[in-house]
Formats: sequence, C-alpha cells, structure tokens
Amino acid sequence: MPDEASDVLDRFRQGDLDAFESLFRQHQRAVYGWTLRLVRNPATAEDLTIEAFWRIYRAHARFDPALGFEGWARRIATHAAFDWLRTQPPTPAFSGEQIAELPAPSAADPGVSAEVRAAIAQSFTRLTPRLRIAAVLAVIEELPHKEVATALGISVAAVKLRVFRALRLLRKDLIQQGITP
Amino acid sequence: MNTHEEERLKQWLKAALPAAQDAEPSRDLWPAVLRRIGEEPAAPPWFDWALAGGLAAMAIFFPSAIPVLLYYL
Repeated sequence: MPDEASDVLDRFRQGDLDAFESLFRQHQRAVYGWTLRLVRNPATAEDLTIEAFWRIYRAHARFDPALGFEGWARRIATHAAFDWLRTQPPTPAFSGEQIAELPAPSAADPGVSAEVRAAIAQSFTRLTPRLRIAAVLAVIEELPHKEVATALGISVAAVKLRVFRALRLLRKDLIQQGITP
Repeated sequence: MNTHEEERLKQWLKAALPAAQDAEPSRDLWPAVLRRIGEEPAAPPWFDWALAGGLAAMAIFFPSAIPVLLYYL
C-alpha cells in the first residue's frame, strides 16, 4: 500500500492527471475543511478549494514527495485563502438583525452578550489577513502552534507573535468602542 | 495586556467566531478543477507589453533613471 501511494505521488509529480485526480479525491475534504476554517464561508471555501487544487496541479513539478501531499496542499490552500482575504474589505458595522443572527456563544463563556460578539467579529475583520489567519488557527481552532507554523511556512515564535499582535490590536479596537476586556 | 485580559479576549473571540465544524463540499469539485486546468492562461494585454517595452528601453537608454524608478515602485 505505501508503494502504491508513493507511485501515485511520483506520477503526480510527472504531471499525470489520473494520479492528480486520485490525490484530489483523497484530500478534497481535508483541503475544503481547512479553507473553510480560514474563510468561514462554505461557498468561498469551495471556490478556494478549486483554486488551491489548480495551483497544486500547476506546481506539480515542484512537489517533493518527502514532504507529504497533505501538508503541502494545506500550505497552498492557506496562500489561496490569504490572497482572497486580502481582497476583502472590513465588515461594516453589524445591524441589529445581523447581531441576532450571530452564532450562539460557546458553552465555555455563555455570558458574552450579542453586542460584544458583534463588536469582536467586526473588529476581527479589520485585522490584516496575516494576523487573522494566525488567530483563527491558533485561538479559534485551537491548533498546536507547530501545526500552524507548518501551514503558514513560518516559525513557532512568529506564530506566537502574530497571535499576540492580533489580540493586542483587537483589545485596542474594542477599548475604542468602549468595551474593556 | 496582562494574561487575564489575553485569556478573556481569547474566550470572547471563540464565542464570537466559533470553530468551524467538520464539513464537506456541497458538490463534487473535480469537474470545476478540471475546467480550471483546461483554461488557457489569459494573455497579457497589449498595454502591458508596451509598458514593459518602454521600461526596458528607458533602462537601456537612461540607466541613471533606474534608482528613481525603483524608488517609486
């Protein structure tokens, strides 16, 4: 079985479309799930999954089988999501109806009011995509810093720094809105 | 920002933007990937070629302008 997997990866590296389809079928769900975590919108996540696999196919000659397909695909999907986030304007202030539609607070902290959640969600969109992605993966999704670092292609220390900067900017923005953590 | 504030902010963030649930695409994305692969890359418009030619000519005939150009990039 490992020989078969290795053969598929070798064939993919040579640009074999059947091998690519096999890898696509195997990893489509994981790449979609990863992208969904980053952009938090199913339709956009689907579009970005298509974009990511297109980039993966284009880069087939640069694939190093020793790195593993999933980690490599995840990194390319992260870049695709990053490029998309950069084109998105910050969310304008939420209306009362939108506040009501926000997801329910987690059981861990049910005391956070809808207004505070709306303010945080809005402030979050004002962060740069670089900080936002690090915060989503490390804080919201609670992934280990090492995993986040691998996906972003940066060091663990850089991940910690980005998360810290994201929280600090979030705090500053909330304080300006009269909300003190 | 102290540790207490940091933890509080993390809790608020998780409450405002809950973690994504495991999900799968609503449709098979393979046909769309295939279509994307089959698309010819868009040819650069004539203006891009003209601009590139102009810049190359300027670099050849006025090399002293290169630092100025780099400054404004």
